Amino acid sequence: MTDLKRLGLHDLHLSLGGKMVPFAGYEMPVQYAAGVMKEHLHTRAAAGLFDVSHMGQVILRPKGDMASLCAAFEAMMPVDVAGLAQGRQRYGLFTNETGGILDDLMFANRGDHLFVVVNAACKEADVAHMQAHLSAVAEVQPVTDRALLALQGPLAEAALSGLVPQVAVMRFMDVAVVDTVFGALWISRSGYTGEDGFEISVPDGGALGLAQALLARDGVMPIGLGARDSLRLEAGLCLYGHDIDTGTSPVEAGLNWAIQKVRRTGGARAGSFPGDARILAELADGPERQRVALRPDGRAPMREGTAIFAPDGTPVGSVTSGGFGPSVEAPIAMGYVATAYATPGTPLEAEVRGKRLPLTVSTLPFHPTTYKR
Amino acid sequence: MKYTQDHEWLRVEGDLVVVGITEHAATQLGDVVFVELPEVETMVSTGDEIVVIESVKAASDILAPLEGEIVEVNQKLVDNPGLVNEDPTGAAWFFKMRIDDLAALDEYMDEDEYADLIG
Repeated sequence: MTDLKRLGLHDLHLSLGGKMVPFAGYEMPVQYAAGVMKEHLHTRAAAGLFDVSHMGQVILRPKGDMASLCAAFEAMMPVDVAGLAQGRQRYGLFTNETGGILDDLMFANRGDHLFVVVNAACKEADVAHMQAHLSAVAEVQPVTDRALLALQGPLAEAALSGLVPQVAVMRFMDVAVVDTVFGALWISRSGYTGEDGFEISVPDGGALGLAQALLARDGVMPIGLGARDSLRLEAGLCLYGHDIDTGTSPVEAGLNWAIQKVRRTGGARAGSFPGDARILAELADGPERQRVALRPDGRAPMREGTAIFAPDGTPVGSVTSGGFGPSVEAPIAMGYVATAYATPGTPLEAEVRGKRLPLTVSTLPFHPTTYKR
Repeated sequence: MKYTQDHEWLRVEGDLVVVGITEHAATQLGDVVFVELPEVETMVSTGDEIVVIESVKAASDILAPLEGEIVEVNQKLVDNPGLVNEDPTGAAWFFKMRIDDLAALDEYMDEDEYADLIG
């Protein structure tokens, strides 16, 4: 793994029994000694600490006023940026001219600038993309001296508020900057597990101290990428490069909720984003295919790439994420199927090791989310 | 007990050979969530993929270690795949097979040799 980058907390992961694997150019802990199943269930029952420092953190600092930056950033996405209140975070999507998705991201309004978190595998491309579109109105500043930790689960608030009392009043998608002994923490009440929790950007110098302090709190256990994947799948959340990519539109992906009314046909700032013709047409008329929840009828997991057929043998789509849902206690999957087959309850078949096995279109999320709204 | 390069253990029980996977293999696989067993009375050749094991991470196979007939399979694993992690060398045997010549087992590793392999 010589060409891979190491996380600032690499030695901590090793000392915790982390099994390191290559992911998005980094050596990342896929699991610790407890294993994926226990780590998953622990996060749902108590609290899990994830090191997501591989993700890209970027500050967009306006050269002039925030309004010009928000307008330019809004021109990159089918999302309401200008309407995001100070102290709030929102999910966004960079789209391309054909309506595909270049990356999904989180962005926060921090008063005099925007703070953006993007996927690790896309971060260089995203920074270049933002520089190309925003350089007239903003400095695009990659943040390279900070770790990013996620604390997720029902005990996350108790654990973090023991160190940072201010977080108790935060609601889902609130952001705050808090000075602590670990340095200035950039905290958002969010995550990618379906659980209540926080993402915490911490200066490199304070990251080990913060991680250790959190792990010392009641109910907090380190959680690897393996459980992060099964948790987000149960929550029905897309993984970029798998469930969404440049070939899938936000509407096909069922991310309509991320496209606020103001950007849709009839809205005050409708359209004027890359791929607007296709995306607005799909919002009006429906897409040709849709991301759906899939429940195998049997116990065999159906993995990414598994072909899906109608009972009469017609190919209708394929699985984009699939595995076993520890909290659902059954195999679960997501994939794209032709819209005619996307209604919950529709019986389909999937080809697994040369055999056609039954599965049923279901509803997302597989496991109820517990965000603190 | 004998061991294969593929981390299976083989135990002679009367005129049958009982087959499972080692503790090392179970740990490497991670939590097992699905097991598909062969039909009884199937004739298999050495190297045939006859069992599918899926863990939370990935799918893998168990290969037939010897030529012979599958005479019994452990249905408990189908209902409770986690048994593979709980008791890989005991309750979580996969199948029993009848082979012509038990001497064929001699080519496989003994416990010390296997311990060296997984070092």
